[in-house]
Amino acid sequence: MTQRKKITIIASACLVLSLAASSFVLHRTDQLRPQATLDEVLLLSSPKVIKRASLGYDGLMACIYWTRAVQYFGYRHHYYATSYNLLAPLLEITTHLDPHLVVAYEFGTSFLAPKPPYGAGEPERAIELMNYGIQNNPDNWHLYYDLGFVYYMQLHDYKDAAETFERGSQIPNAHPFLKVLAAQMAQHAGEYETARMLWSATYQTTQDKQIKENAVEHLRALRVDEDVQQLQDAVTRFGVRTGRLPASMAELVAAEGLPGTPVDPDGHPYKLTPEGRVEVRVPDDFPFATKGLPPGYKPSPNFHSL
Amino acid sequence: MRIAHIASNTFREAVRDRVLYNLIAFALLLSGAAILVGQISIEIEKLVVINLGLTAVSLFGVVIAIFIGIGLVSKEIEKRTLYTVLSRPVRRWEFIVGKFFGLAGTLVVNTFFMAIGVFAALFYVSHKFVRADALILVALYFIVLQFLIVCALALLFSSFSSPLLSAVFAFSLFVIGSFAEDLRNFAALAHGVSRWLATGAAYLVPNFSAFNVITSIAHEQPVAGQLILQNTLYAVFYAIMALSGAVLIFEYRDLK
Repeated sequence: MTQRKKITIIASACLVLSLAASSFVLHRTDQLRPQATLDEVLLLSSPKVIKRASLGYDGLMACIYWTRAVQYFGYRHHYYATSYNLLAPLLEITTHLDPHLVVAYEFGTSFLAPKPPYGAGEPERAIELMNYGIQNNPDNWHLYYDLGFVYYMQLHDYKDAAETFERGSQIPNAHPFLKVLAAQMAQHAGEYETARMLWSATYQTTQDKQIKENAVEHLRALRVDEDVQQLQDAVTRFGVRTGRLPASMAELVAAEGLPGTPVDPDGHPYKLTPEGRVEVRVPDDFPFATKGLPPGYKPSPNFHSL
Repeated sequence: MRIAHIASNTFREAVRDRVLYNLIAFALLLSGAAILVGQISIEIEKLVVINLGLTAVSLFGVVIAIFIGIGLVSKEIEKRTLYTVLSRPVRRWEFIVGKFFGLAGTLVVNTFFMAIGVFAALFYVSHKFVRADALILVALYFIVLQFLIVCALALLFSSFSSPLLSAVFAFSLFVIGSFAEDLRNFAALAHGVSRWLATGAAYLVPNFSAFNVITSIAHEQPVAGQLILQNTLYAVFYAIMALSGAVLIFEYRDLK
């Protein structure tokens, strides 16, 4: 074997072995310091500084920060996080870098507004973000719709919701349902029908698959809430009439003259507990339901829920 | 004719120096982004392809313009090939202008191939072209105009300074030029002598911010015809100014 071949073999072996060894050591170090690489660090937090530092390539920087915001939300959501400290700053930087990045406002508010574990539980910051979006994209009626949605769903502020839908409806080419929503909000705020109308509108107007799935989940949950409410009212009526709780769902159905055993959107019959509570059989199938859930039940977070 | 010869030689030399190899890195970057971004982000595939593609075209080009431009004169002196060239009936200004066109031609060819890559990646993520995609051509045109200025500046510095210092000067001017709007705002806020100095500096350094329409084009916002015309005139005048400076310095430079 020539000298050159020997050196080639030894050098190649050293290269491969040292690469493997350094990767192994790094892996072990990561185990010693869990979360180290995903620590909540925002080295530059000023949107203005970041815009300057981008040397005019702010569009690309906005895409990078938007991806970072999505990854941050997705990661924390996946691990049952209850705080999302960096989410709002990341979204602010993104939208400051590119004020026309509409997707950051639309998804950003749905990340920020809902209560944990579905979101950051920061509806006020979601409203701030959306107002900034409207200021920079005043002709986009979708943003008014999303803002009204936050007022309605998260803050139950029906007056501001109606006002926002009304403002949105005045934009040329705005979808006609904004006018309907504004009127509905003024007269029937807080009713199931209004909420159903909002989620149906979301389903019909979005092109995004995840938002569509989310709207379907909320519509299913609304049906469960409404069914459970009606059945619970029936249990109360039965109690007032007979002085006792119904022994079974079949007895309740017979007493109320219902056409059959009531079932949830998946076709599973609702169950009646000995304490007279109406519950769904599989609570995990209805992550957004607020009624019919066993006491102390906590929904498992779902990444796709926005 | 002599200028064309020098330009074509400069182009060939750049190709021989494997400058166009950057296209491979560009292709990998763009195809990787086109495939990956859809999986790690939401609804910005097309935006990323346009933003990343045009940013890469711009940055790769600026780096090439600076690194090749700074060596165009000094390398010829170092290798002593300049004396062979100038001993023929070639004037010094023709040498500078020929070098400029050779480098600009290299960058135009490079940009042409990168543009094909950008449109291919765009087609991959959108599966179709829409009318607004034609606006990308305007952004590419502005990027080429930007290259003309950077090439001329690199040549200017190369005509009197060492390659290292020329690179530092050219990069600094590129960065300062990107902040030109801020410099102008500062001038508007200043008073007295500072105001005059800042205003002078703002007009002296190249203003690259007007050439950057990448973000607005990514959102399909049209570019005013007046801006295209004025940017063209500005780039041509600025490049001529820097080239004239290079010619003047080189004309009087002692090459012994």
